[in-house]
Amino acid sequence: MKLNVDGKSHEVDVEDDMPLLWVLRDELGITGVKYGCGIAQCGACTVHIDGVAVRSCQTAAGDVDGAITTIEGLGTPDALHAVQDAWITHQVAQCGYCQSGQIMQAASLLGENTAPTDAEIDEAMDGNLCRCGTYPRIRAAVKTAAAKLQGA
Amino acid sequence: MGKLKTIARRSFLIGSAAIVGGVAFGAYLVKRDPENPLALDATDADAVFNPWVKINAEGITLVTPHTDLGQGAASMQAMLIAEELDVNLDQVTTSYGRPAAAYYNTAMAGEAVPFRSNDDSFVAGVARSTVDAVMKVMGAQVTGGSSSVTDSYEKLRQAGAMARETLKAAAAAETGLPISDLKTEGGAVVLPDGTRMAYTTLAAKAAQMDLVQDVALRDPSQWRLVGKPVQRMDVVAKSTGTQTYGIDLNIEGMVLASVRMNPRKGAPMRGFDATAAETMRGVSQIVALPYGVAVVADNTWRAFRALEEIEIDWAEAPYPAEQDDHWAAVAASFTPDRLDKEWRSDGDVEAAFEGAEVFEAEYRAPYVAHQPLEPLSAIVKVTDDRVDIWAAHQMPRFVQQRVAKRLEMDEEQIHFHNQYAGGSFGHRLEFINIDVAVDVADKMRGTAVKMIFRREEDFTQDFTRQIGMARGRGAFEGGKITALDLEIATVSSSRSQMARLGSSVPGPDMQIVAGAWNMRYSVPNLRVRGYAVPELAPTSSWRSVGASSAGFFAESFLDELIHAAGADPMEERLRLADDPDARAVLEAVAEMSNWGSPLGPRKGRGVALVTSFGVPVAEVVEVTDTDDGIKIDRVWLAAEVGRVVDPVTFENVATGGVIWALGHAMNSEITYSDGQAEQDNYHLSEGMRLRQCPVIEVRALENNPHVRGIGEPPVPPAAAALANAIFAATGTRLRDMPFFNTVDFV
Ligand code: FES
Ligand code: FES
Repeated sequence: MKLNVDGKSHEVDVEDDMPLLWVLRDELGITGVKYGCGIAQCGACTVHIDGVAVRSCQTAAGDVDGAITTIEGLGTPDALHAVQDAWITHQVAQCGYCQSGQIMQAASLLGENTAPTDAEIDEAMDGNLCRCGTYPRIRAAVKTAAAKLQGA
Repeated sequence: MGKLKTIARRSFLIGSAAIVGGVAFGAYLVKRDPENPLALDATDADAVFNPWVKINAEGITLVTPHTDLGQGAASMQAMLIAEELDVNLDQVTTSYGRPAAAYYNTAMAGEAVPFRSNDDSFVAGVARSTVDAVMKVMGAQVTGGSSSVTDSYEKLRQAGAMARETLKAAAAAETGLPISDLKTEGGAVVLPDGTRMAYTTLAAKAAQMDLVQDVALRDPSQWRLVGKPVQRMDVVAKSTGTQTYGIDLNIEGMVLASVRMNPRKGAPMRGFDATAAETMRGVSQIVALPYGVAVVADNTWRAFRALEEIEIDWAEAPYPAEQDDHWAAVAASFTPDRLDKEWRSDGDVEAAFEGAEVFEAEYRAPYVAHQPLEPLSAIVKVTDDRVDIWAAHQMPRFVQQRVAKRLEMDEEQIHFHNQYAGGSFGHRLEFINIDVAVDVADKMRGTAVKMIFRREEDFTQDFTRQIGMARGRGAFEGGKITALDLEIATVSSSRSQMARLGSSVPGPDMQIVAGAWNMRYSVPNLRVRGYAVPELAPTSSWRSVGASSAGFFAESFLDELIHAAGADPMEERLRLADDPDARAVLEAVAEMSNWGSPLGPRKGRGVALVTSFGVPVAEVVEVTDTDDGIKIDRVWLAAEVGRVVDPVTFENVATGGVIWALGHAMNSEITYSDGQAEQDNYHLSEGMRLRQCPVIEVRALENNPHVRGIGEPPVPPAAAALANAIFAATGTRLRDMPFFNTVDFV
């Protein structure tokens, strides 16, 4: 099957029901996408399909019908996305393992709503677990990114 | 061979005070400094000043042997070296180096011996040095016990300063200028005329010099990096998906594998049928192990899926199958023959209870899983004369020794490549992922095997926190606490852990009562006794270890007594506090939380003070009893840590510790049924979610001369402060964790 990932087209030979997560990690080597729980409980595997956050561990490869963006395609150390930039400003990460998913979730939220309220941020980010407890910085970084995107 | 190998490095061994006696090892062995591991493969062009600094024409490498588990250890260690070396953090790369005895932890000793950590008496000092000597002889390179900063604080600045002075000596030799005319800045020696000689160009010369050892450390007022808000070295990588963790590594030609082990931890497998799995797409091998079955495949998901199709006959658990029997075993352990030690006995509690009205209460702390977000994994390649292991671990030298023993090879043949960890909280002190990956790779010699645990497997095999109970008796008079008697019975997580290491805990286990026996209060009659419950399900070190349960017991019971006496929880604690650091952290949180100011309806505040790993921490929690359940509004924390090296990480990790503790106190436990953990993924052991996260304010106090870490100490007071706040808001006293079995949370 054909997949468009981070602007590149890939031909992969996998089962229709292989979760997108494992196509990205093991077939395409995009390890910025993380495996945490495999059952849509942690959000570590979050990617975008046509700009909207999905849990790649629960998305069958055969069901993908749009362009996939991963953390590695959202921005790079030399060309940061506004959300990544805010994450660096606030030094959000501890172990950092959840942060790919957190950033993709936040970018999806801000793609739809550049001025989320505190309650909207809490609701949008609630499914992304952070075992290190970086939640206060995540809230602050989402607001900084929102302000930046509004100014842009 | 590097030329500097012969130079004595005794001056690095801060903390290894002379041994007065009582150690089985000879003084010669203790005094002989571990070899510099960097010299092993250094060329003449490499200046390997000491085990932490290597400079050559290509660049500057700082070795940061404490594992970065998310607590910022790599940056913290680099900052300390860079401060004295006069380099900027963007001019260096860091490396974990190879596992080596030279990196033994000089600071673990502080918590391994039974003296209250504010006790600086001669006898306590001698006992600590004894353990220190043992650690050094064992070459224990350990990241744990919130000790990284204590271990590193002087040692790494010295390492940086010696390298700097040696580089200056090299520049003086090259230019003929007196050393006193030379300065250093930004990775270069600066001559009086402003000419800069980069360290990298001086390295070859420096490698021929005698190491300058007589260096004075700078006064903190001159620091550029330490104590300043700098950017963590890994923060860009961790914000762009480019940080590589152990689970992400790709080793040439590797195969992917996963495992199912007997969910009745430690028991063997009786037999299995893998007929259905064998023919599944991508599956190349089914590997039978004494304790389970592994599937080797070309894709992790294919391995996971095949595992589910294997029928396995598991042997019975070596511990009680049902949770009720675990609790019964704990409850039955408050007996004289299970008494591990009477740790504190001030005054005479029995006499104080005579004729008094005695207040009693009983508490419980359950098994809890670690479950950092990165699942356990390891990559192992075994050949006939060499083994390579890629994984994140808190005890690299033990990995090396363990694998050597398992494969009957020499330690030198085992090459361990430590990795960044996606969290640990004590999980990566265990070896289960290493063992399984080694066993599978041993059967596939020549091929690298990447073993990844399914989250369900990781949960099921987790060596959890200790289970325990406490019984308190107390009395008061005229609004003042007069007697407090606390009995704590837990399984010994230290003994359980050490047994898996093939070792034992000499003497009683202080972790059973940690955070309780060392309470910094003067109650006229105070007794704390620890009871060791016989081993049940295996347990291990869970962030803050014994204090996570004993601190909850002690500060909940004290709070109950204070309320029963009709006193104010903050004022009575301040009255009882018997050392200046304890008073200071209480006063700080009282001020921060505006303790005593009126709260709205259905709101309450709770306070707790627990000292663990030498750090007294006071916390105030404020809650609202809403129609949808308890909402945690705000938390204030003050900790006495001596000195904050990295203030950004300090704030982040201290806050995270509060979130960790509150989340698990609310909703996390592991219970057993049919010998297996009933919780196998995050929906059943959730921790705190973002929507539940309170506003948290932390403050570091820097009054004490001892520099301490902050990874664990924020955890123990939080559960008690939460229970105390809920009592203040609702009148309901929560004595059993997790609290969601009794009250709802929003
Ligand atoms: S791995 Fe997909 S939500 Fe956890
Ligand atoms: S930073 Fe470690 S899980 Fe979020």
